Order: sequence, then C-alpha cells, then structure tokens
Amino acid sequence: MSASYPIPGNKIRLTESFDAGFLEEPSFKAGSLDADGQIEQSISTPQQNAYSTNDQKAPAILSIKNFNVQAAGSTILKNINLEIPKGKITVLLGPSGCGKTTLLKCLNRLSDLHPSLKVNGKILIDGEDIFHPTQDLTKIRQKMGLLSQRPFPLPMSIYKNIAYGLKIKGIRDKKVIKEKVEKHLKDVGLWEEVKDRLHGPAARLSIGQQQRLCLARGLAVGPEIILADEPTSALDPISSRKIEEEFLRLKEDYTLIVVTHILRQARRLADHIVFMYFGEVIEQGTPDEIFNHPKSDILKQYLQSGH
Amino acid sequence: MQNRKILEEKFFLWLMRLVTLSIILVFLFIMGIIIKKGFHAMTWEMISQEPKGGFYFGKGGGILNAIVGSLYLALGSTFFGLLLGLPVALGMNVHWITKTRFVGALRFLLDALWGVPSIVFGAFGFALMAYLGLRASLLAGIITVTLFIVPIFIRAFDEVLRTVPEGLMEAAYSLGANKTQIAFTVFFRQALPGFITAILLAFGRGIGDAASVLFTAGYTDHIPQTIQDPTATLPLAIFFQLSSPIPEVKARAYAAALILTIIILIISVVSRLSTRRFKKNIL
Repeated sequence: MSASYPIPGNKIRLTESFDAGFLEEPSFKAGSLDADGQIEQSISTPQQNAYSTNDQKAPAILSIKNFNVQAAGSTILKNINLEIPKGKITVLLGPSGCGKTTLLKCLNRLSDLHPSLKVNGKILIDGEDIFHPTQDLTKIRQKMGLLSQRPFPLPMSIYKNIAYGLKIKGIRDKKVIKEKVEKHLKDVGLWEEVKDRLHGPAARLSIGQQQRLCLARGLAVGPEIILADEPTSALDPISSRKIEEEFLRLKEDYTLIVVTHILRQARRLADHIVFMYFGEVIEQGTPDEIFNHPKSDILKQYLQSGH
Repeated sequence: MQNRKILEEKFFLWLMRLVTLSIILVFLFIMGIIIKKGFHAMTWEMISQEPKGGFYFGKGGGILNAIVGSLYLALGSTFFGLLLGLPVALGMNVHWITKTRFVGALRFLLDALWGVPSIVFGAFGFALMAYLGLRASLLAGIITVTLFIVPIFIRAFDEVLRTVPEGLMEAAYSLGANKTQIAFTVFFRQALPGFITAILLAFGRGIGDAASVLFTAGYTDHIPQTIQDPTATLPLAIFFQLSSPIPEVKARAYAAALILTIIILIISVVSRLSTRRFKKNIL
C-alpha cells in the first residue's frame, strides 16, 4: 500500500507534483508532453488529456461542455467534457477532494448556494442549458433526485417527507399522494418496515432507513436522473448493500450518477466510470477498461493503493 | 506527569463545583430576599385590584394596573417584534445566503443594537413620540419596547437558524422547493425550539425593562382602556414603591417583584412544554 500520488487537499498543481522520472512511459501522453517530460499543455485540450473511449452506445442524457469551476482564485474543476449515458450507472471515481462532489452539485445547481463558486461552461439536459440565467430551477432540480453522504430527512413525518416534493409539484389530491407515498416506499423496500408509523417522525428511523427514505423522497418527484454523493459512506455494510442493490434495480428506469472513492463499489455498480483527479477528468471508460487496462499512471497508482 | 494531569483535572472539577454552587446560592439568596420581604404583602387584593386612594401611603388596593399593563406591553411588543423579526431572521439564513457581506454587516449592526442600554431606546422613543405627536401611552411604550427587543429576537433566532445543517437545505432545494418554502417548512421547523427561546428572551426583556418605558408608557393607577392611554408597568411599580419610606409600601414592592418573577416562570414553563411535542421531528 505505498501510494505515492500526492494527497488532494494540498493544492499541488499537476505540473509540480510529477517529476520526469515518474512518467516512464511518455508515449501514451503523445502530443501533450514537452521536452522535459512534464505535463504542460495537456490541460488546455481536454479531448487530448482525457482518455475517452467511444464505447458509449447509449444516448447522452447530460452533456457537460467545457465546464470550469473556480473558488477564491483556485480551480476546482478544469475543462470538464463529459457525456452521461442514459439509463446507465455512471460512477465518478477519484480520491477525496478531487472535485467529484462539486461536479455533482453543479448538475442541479446547488452551486448557487455558494457565492464564492465561479462557474463557466455548459451543462445540457435534454438540450437545455442548466446554467442559463432564465432557467426554471424547480423544473431542473425535479429532474434530478439527490442522495447525499449522510441522510437528511426533512423535519417532519415519514409520510410528509415524501409528500413534500409532490406538494411542490402541485399535487394536492390526497389519494394520489397516499398512493405515491406507498409506491415509492415499496420501491426502496421501506414500506414493510414503516407502514405502521408513517406519521411518526422521520428522524427516529435508523440511518440506513433514513437514507432509503431520502431515496424514496427523491424518486417521488419523478426525476430522470439520480445523483448520489457517496451515498453509503455513513452506512453499515448491510444498509450499503441494500442501497447498491436498489441502484442496480433503478437503472431500468433512471440514469444514475454515483460519486464514490471506493473501488469495489465502482466495480459493483458502474456501467461507465469517470476517473477524476485534481479537478480534471483523467480517464473514462467501461469498468473493464478502467480496472483491467488503465492507461494513465495516476489511475494505475490509484488502483494499486485502493481497495 | 500523570500526577499533574490528575491534579489538574481535580482542580478544575472543584472549581466548577464551587462556581456552580455560588451561582445557585446567589440565585436562592435573591429569591429568598424577595419572598421574605414581599410574602406577607402578597395578598389576593394585591393581584386583583387597582390601587385605591392612599395606596402609596400604605392603604388598600393592589397592583392589577401594573400587572395588566406589563402584560399588554410585553405581549404587544413581542407580537410586533416577531412580525418584524421573523422575516429578517429567515431572510438572513435563506434568501440572502449568498450575500455574505450584507448578512455579516446586518449581524454586526444587530449585535451593536442588542448592547445599547434600554434607556437609550427610551430616549429615542421619547423623541419619536414628540415627532409623531403621541403622549406617553401604551402605544408609545409598545413601539419603544418593540424596537428594543427586535435585535434580541432576531439574533437569538438567527443563531439557531445558523445551526440548520447545509445538507438539509440542499436536500430541500433538490426536491425543487423555493426559498420561501424552505424558510418556513424546513428552517422554521428545524429551529422551532430556538424560536421559542428567542421569543421568551425578547418577552422577558420586554416585561422586565423599566428604563425604556419610563418616559414612553407613563404611569397610571388604572388599567388602560385604549392603546392611547398611559399604562402602569411592574418594573416601574417596583421602582416607585421601593422609593417610599413607608414599610408597608416597600413590602409591596417586593411582592410586585415576586409577581414579575412568577409571570416569567409560568411563561417559560408553558412554552417549554409546548415545544416538546414539536421537537420530535427534529434531526
């Protein structure tokens, strides 16, 4: 377990952290290395520096184009160009602090809550730019359900947690709401556990149940995409497994984008993996390509040291 | 080394015990004095009647005028303080969350106002009365006390609202809620116990303050019939009776202090109990 890749958070720039000796096989970096063997111009042309494979047969539901995020002078995301395939699980993989979560939160514009974030570039969903100034935020956000690292049930009953999003959508019919609450609780396998205490506080559920409730709450607003930010990091292995199984089922009807730094989880879930490092997409491809035939040294290092 | 740590631990433990004990003793001492000096003057007449002729020379009557006047004044100004303060406190934490410099400046200003002595608010209220052409009245008292307690209410509630986890806010936003929905359904509910505490704090300051009502609310032996009548207040009732040389009147001052303390105690207990049932939903 001798990881020699620099620890994110130290804000070391790529060009400084790799000496020439580290890159023993410069051939795969053709065109982006200068005479000293340092990665210099590579960042300016993302198509060149990201090892993209054109294996994506599924049409893209989200297109991220030349997307940059800066905060207080430092770059958090650098020239991200991604196509998220529809009906698949896309895993954003990478060490903590590499910008995965920031990217995820930009997708439904939670980035608006942080005034220090400067965003430029485009993210298109169904051909519409998410960051367009006149964009209807409610509509955009209801196209995506968010599952965060820790469950945050709303301070109300289990029933109302799910009804909340429905009421925002303008659904007032009590019968419809009741049916939907039951359906989505069944979807996440929580119905049997909570059907007798639907009007009890959501905060009393176990943390694993809370996370599944949050998933059901997100599904209730009828999203196309589910955004999951390390959704199992606070959960025990059994609860984690339930969430993962749920994700594999949900793939039938939804597109999932899952952030994780756990290699085994990526292997279990992913149809498509995007490896990120220091705010850049380093490599992307199928799990087979990423795990069995990694091309970049950074990814090789990450795979060696990971678990 | 190990010995020193144990000694340190023991020292601070005993220090804490000593300080806690002395605070409790001081509190008991205060209560004891009020009860001892005021208890024999605490009669049914005291809380059920207005002052009769010669009340301030030790003759019959009570301080119902001050009790009712204080309640009117404190309830009225707490109500208006809430009306003004609630949108500001929620706005500071939800609507203006990206305007960090503005919110920071606002917090600083409110903290400064919190620290301004109430006599300054009294003087300001007095000037305002002259400007608006008001006499010393319940209305002028309510306006002044409202201004005095608004910063207290906002900052006390604001501090609790700031503890609402960011993830909860993000969760509500990602369900498509707008800012106002989030303010009232998520932030307000989550911070409800803090909201009650903030009201209590504002109410307690409002009912107990003498300086801000000295010029603005006036003093009278009658219960105010309209909002433009002057009104008596408990703190001023205590003040006037305590400055009397007659022992019976002095004793009544302590009885009035006891009544004021009991009112605050009742309101605290009732509101604590009523929040308990809301607390269950909080994360």
